[in-house]
Amino acid sequence: MIPSAFDYVAPTTVDEAIQALSQAGDDAKILAGGQSLVPVLRLRLAAPTMLVDLNKISELRGVRDDGNVIVVGAMTTHHDVINDPLIREHAALLALATQTIGDPQIRHRGTLGGALVHADPAGDLLAPAVALDAEMVIVGPGGRRTVPASEFFVDLFTTAVQPDEVLIEIRIPKKTGWGAHYEKFQRVAQAWSIVAVAAAVRTEGGSIAEARVALTNMAATPVHATGVEQALVGQPATAETIRAAAEHAAEGTSPMSDGNADPDYREHLARVLTQRAVASAAGLAA
Amino acid sequence: MTATTQPTERELGRARRRKEDARLITGRTRWTDNISLPGMLYMAVVRSPLAHAKITGINTDAAKALPGVLGVFTAADLGAEGISLPCAWQITPDMKSPKAPPLAVDTVHFAGEGVAVVVTRDAASAEDAVEAVQVEYDPLEPVLDMEAALADGATLVHPDLGTNRNALWVFDSAEAGSGGDVEQAIRDAEIVVKRRFRQQRLIPAFMEPRSVVVDPTGEQLTMWSATQVPHILKTMASLTLGMPEHKVRVIAPDVGGGFGGKLQVTPEEALALLVARRMGKPVKWTETRSESLLAAHHGRDQIQDITIAARRDGTVTGLKVELIADMGAYLRLVTPGIPILGAFMFNSIYKFPAYRFASTNVFTTKTPTDAYRGAGRPEATFAIERIMDELAAELGRDPMELREQNWIKHEEFPFTTVAGLTYDSGNYEAATAKARELFDYDGLRAEQRRRREADDPVQLGIGISTYTEMCGLAPSRVLGALSYGAGGWEHASIRMLASGKVEVVTGVSPHGQGHETAWSQIIADRLGVPFEDVEVLHGDTQISSKGLDTYGSRSLAVGGVAAVKAADKVIEKARKVAAHMLECSEADLDFIQGKFTIKGTNRGVTIQEVTLAAFTSHNFPEGMEPSLDSDYTFDPENFSFPHGTHLCAAEVDTETGWVTIQQYVCVDDVGTVVNPLIVEGQVQGGLAQGIAQALFEEAIYDEGGNLVTGTLADYLVPSAADLPHFTTDRTETPATTNPLGVKGVGEAGTIASTPAVVNAVLDAVRHLGVTNIDMPCAPQRVWRAVQAARGAAKSTSEHTTETAAGGGLGSIDAQGGTQ
Repeated sequence: MIPSAFDYVAPTTVDEAIQALSQAGDDAKILAGGQSLVPVLRLRLAAPTMLVDLNKISELRGVRDDGNVIVVGAMTTHHDVINDPLIREHAALLALATQTIGDPQIRHRGTLGGALVHADPAGDLLAPAVALDAEMVIVGPGGRRTVPASEFFVDLFTTAVQPDEVLIEIRIPKKTGWGAHYEKFQRVAQAWSIVAVAAAVRTEGGSIAEARVALTNMAATPVHATGVEQALVGQPATAETIRAAAEHAAEGTSPMSDGNADPDYREHLARVLTQRAVASAAGLAA
Repeated sequence: MTATTQPTERELGRARRRKEDARLITGRTRWTDNISLPGMLYMAVVRSPLAHAKITGINTDAAKALPGVLGVFTAADLGAEGISLPCAWQITPDMKSPKAPPLAVDTVHFAGEGVAVVVTRDAASAEDAVEAVQVEYDPLEPVLDMEAALADGATLVHPDLGTNRNALWVFDSAEAGSGGDVEQAIRDAEIVVKRRFRQQRLIPAFMEPRSVVVDPTGEQLTMWSATQVPHILKTMASLTLGMPEHKVRVIAPDVGGGFGGKLQVTPEEALALLVARRMGKPVKWTETRSESLLAAHHGRDQIQDITIAARRDGTVTGLKVELIADMGAYLRLVTPGIPILGAFMFNSIYKFPAYRFASTNVFTTKTPTDAYRGAGRPEATFAIERIMDELAAELGRDPMELREQNWIKHEEFPFTTVAGLTYDSGNYEAATAKARELFDYDGLRAEQRRRREADDPVQLGIGISTYTEMCGLAPSRVLGALSYGAGGWEHASIRMLASGKVEVVTGVSPHGQGHETAWSQIIADRLGVPFEDVEVLHGDTQISSKGLDTYGSRSLAVGGVAAVKAADKVIEKARKVAAHMLECSEADLDFIQGKFTIKGTNRGVTIQEVTLAAFTSHNFPEGMEPSLDSDYTFDPENFSFPHGTHLCAAEVDTETGWVTIQQYVCVDDVGTVVNPLIVEGQVQGGLAQGIAQALFEEAIYDEGGNLVTGTLADYLVPSAADLPHFTTDRTETPATTNPLGVKGVGEAGTIASTPAVVNAVLDAVRHLGVTNIDMPCAPQRVWRAVQAARGAAKSTSEHTTETAAGGGLGSIDAQGGTQ
C-alpha cells in the first residue's frame, strides 16, 4: 500500500499548474481531493511520474453568484457544496446528491471538480451535472473553453479534459424553486451506486412545467433520460403520470453487469428509482 | 505502609468503562507495526496471481538490482521446502494432510499463496521489489466447486493424496448410544423436510492487518505478532521450525481484533523468523488490507443438507446433517476441526431423539479456511433455526410455538442431549418471554397480516432464532476424545507486590475484548483491593509463561476462573500470615472486603498489611514459604452453554429486493455478568457480524479462482450506518460448572443473528412462494427470488452473473484517469 515513486509539485495558480502539466507530459496526474487517486496509487493501479496538487490554488475554491448561473470552483469540497446557501437555493439537486457520497471524512476532502473529472460511472455527481445543464470551464495552454455536461463525459473514466488542461469551475444555471431528489441504490452506506437517479422538477399549478432526469451507472457515462422528461412535461403531477413516465427510464441505457446487478435488474431499478425520484422531486410521497 | 483504603462497592456487575480503551482508541500504544528496532529490515511476499499452476521459473535478478533490496528468497533458498505449517487437529485416523510449506514449492494451490519473499532496507523498496520479481507459471485447472471436486476424475489439488477429500467425520447417536437411529426416524416420520443451505465463504476482516516483527539478536529469539495465540505460536514455531522452545519468546502486544482470523500460525510468521535468522537482523512484515483479504484464512463455506423428521403434531423425531465443508488449499491450525465444532450444536435446544452428523471435508484451490467468530456453531445454528422455520411452514404452525413445543424446559436441566453434551443450565422460556415483550410479537404479526392483505409493495417478516452455543473451550478430556492436539485448560498467576498492589498474569490473550478491565474487576472483588490497584499482564511468553490464549468464548469461563482460583490460593496463604500476625487461629478469622478480622472483634489486618509482612518476612509463620504469590491451572469440567432469543422484523421492498431491518430484539443469557458494558459491546458487535453474513458479506471467486472481493469496496463489511438500533436485554441463569457462574459472550451475537435475519426475510415473502434465498440476501437475489416465485421473471439463465466490477475503485485499470 505504498505508491510507486513520483515527483510532486503544488502550484499556487492555475497558470503554474498548466505549465507543470505541459512539462510533465502524459505521465502527470492532477491531485484534487485525492479520494479516488490516492487509493489508486496505493493499490498501484496507476503509477504517474508526477502529481500536480491543486490544493494550494485558492481561486479554485468557493461558490459565487453570476446572474443566472452559480459558479462553483472545481476544488470546492463536497462538504462546502452541501452547506453552501447558493447551491441549496439554486441547485438543490447537487447538494442532495453530494450528501450521499462516502462519509464525513471523504466529504471534507473530496471535491466537485475531482469527482467530475474522475468520471466514474458509479460516481454520484455526474448525473446531477447533466440534469442541471452544468457547463464545465476548462483551461489549458490553448486558453479557456466551456463544455456542456452533455458533452463533457466521453467514456468510462474519460472526460473532455486533456492531459495538459485543468477543470477550473462548474457553471450551473439557476433552478430556483425547483423540487429535487437524488434516489441512490447501493449495498452499504459507503458503497458506490448500483443505480441512482437525479431528478429536478418545476411544477406549476399542479402540473409539471419542466423536468430534468439523469441516471447514474446505467452506461459508461451518465444517461440523460429525455424520454422520461418528455413524458412528464405538461402532465399533472400525479403518481400515475409519474409511474407511466418512469417506464421510459431504461431507454437509451447500456448497463453493465457486475456482482451487484445484471443488466435487466439495473434497467428495472432505473424505472423504479426514477418513479420514486421524480415523485419526491414533485413533492409527492414516493 | 500503603495508603490504600479497602473498597466497599462490589465490582462484579459494575458497568465500568474499559481502562484499556484510551490507549487503544488513540493508538498511543504498541501495535506490532509500530515497533521499530535498530537495523530492522522489511519483508514482503510475492504472491501467486493464479489459483493453481506449476511454477516454471522465478527470476529475481531485476528485483535484486533495485536499490535497498538485500535479498529475494524462494522456499528452496530458505531451506523451507521440508517445513510444513502445523495443523493441530487430526480429526480422523485416515485424514489426508497435504504438505503446507510457508512458500509454494513447484506448484501454487491458491491465488495469493506466497511464492517468494523480498527483504529490503525500507518498506517502500519492498513493494517495488515485489513487483520486479518475475515468476513464470504453467496454469493448471483450478478446483473451485466442492461437489465437482469430490467426483471421480476431478482435478486433484494435491495429487499425492489421491483424492480431494480431506476426511469424513461422523457422529451418529445410535452408534454413540446417546439416541436412536436417524434413518429409522426418517422412515417412521409423519413429515420429513429436507433443505439445502449454503454457508457462504466469509473473511474475518479484523481491523488491524496482520503484522510480525522478529528479532534474532538476543539469546532468545523474540517474535512480536498481531496474534490471538502467542503461547500456541511459541510452541508451534518451536515444533515446526526446529527452534528449541526455551529459545523463543513470543509477544502479542496490543492486537486490533481477530475474530478467529488471528487464531493461526501463519506462513508469514514462519517466513519472518526464517529470514531474520538468515539475515541476523530484525525483520518486519506487515500485510496490506488487500493481502489480508486475499491470503489470511477465510471462514465458513459449507454446503448443508439438512433433513428433519417430525410428527404431524410438531414433535421433532430426528435430524440428519450432511455437510460438505471447504478446507481451501491447505490445512491450517484447526481447519479440519471447524465443522466438528458445530457437530454437537445442530440439535441445539431441541429434544431430538435421533441425530446423525457427517461432514465431508474437501480441498479446493482457494484460500484456506479456519476459525471465524463462532467457528462451526454459527453454521449449525443457522441450519437448525432455518429448518425449524421450514418445518413450521410445512405444518402451518407458528414458528415460535413449534420451538416451544420442542425445546428443553427449564426444569429439565441438567439435560444430556442427543449429541452427548450435558447442558448444565438454561431457561429458554424466560429469555423468550422477555424478548416477545420487548418486540411486540403479536402486534407485528397483525401488521404483517395487514400488509399481506393489502399486497403492500413493502412486506414485513418476522425472524426467530432461539439459539444455544458451547463456549469455554474446553475440557481437556473432551478435546482429547476429539483427537485435538492440545488441552483446554488455562493458567493464571497472582503476584502480590510489596506496596499492596496486585499483578494478575493471565494466559488468555485479549485483542480487543476488555480483559484488563474485567479481570481487574474480578480480582479486586476477590481480594478486596481497589480496582485501580490491579494490573493485568498478558501476551508476552516471558511474563505469561503458560497459557492457551483466546478463542471460542473461553477467556472468562476458563481463564477468568483460573485467576479467581489463584486469588483464592493467595487468600488462603494470607490467612495463615494474618493469623500469625494477630496471634489467633485461622478459623477465628473472617475475610471481608480485603480485611482479616477476628470474629466478634474489630481487630484485624488488611490484605495489604499481610502482603507487606510477606515482603519483609521479618516475622513469618514457621515453615511457611515467604510469599503470597500463587498460580492456578484450571481445566473446566464442562463447556458452558449461553443461550437466548433473537427476534428480527425485516421489511422487504418487493420492487427492488431491498431489505431493511425494522426492529431487532435480543435477550441473551450469558450467565453471570462481570461488566454489563463489555457484554453489551460484545453483543452489539456480534450482531453486526452475524447480520453481515445474512445481508452483506461474501468472498467471491471468479471462474479462474481469483478472489474478486479483494478490497473493502467489494467485500462489504457493514458500518453503523447500515445497521438498525438493537434492543438488547438479558436474563441471568448462572452456569453451574464454574465458581463465577459465567458462560461467555464473545460469539453469541454472531451465532444467533444470522438465521434471525434470514428467517425474517423469508417470512416476508414466503406467502409469495419464496422458500429459500442464499446468503447474503443482497437486493438482486431477493428481487429475483420474488420475481421467480411470481412467475414473472425472465429466465435467470439469460443473465450470467459476471464478477467484473462495475463503477467504483475495482474497475479502475492501469490507465484509470483520475483528477
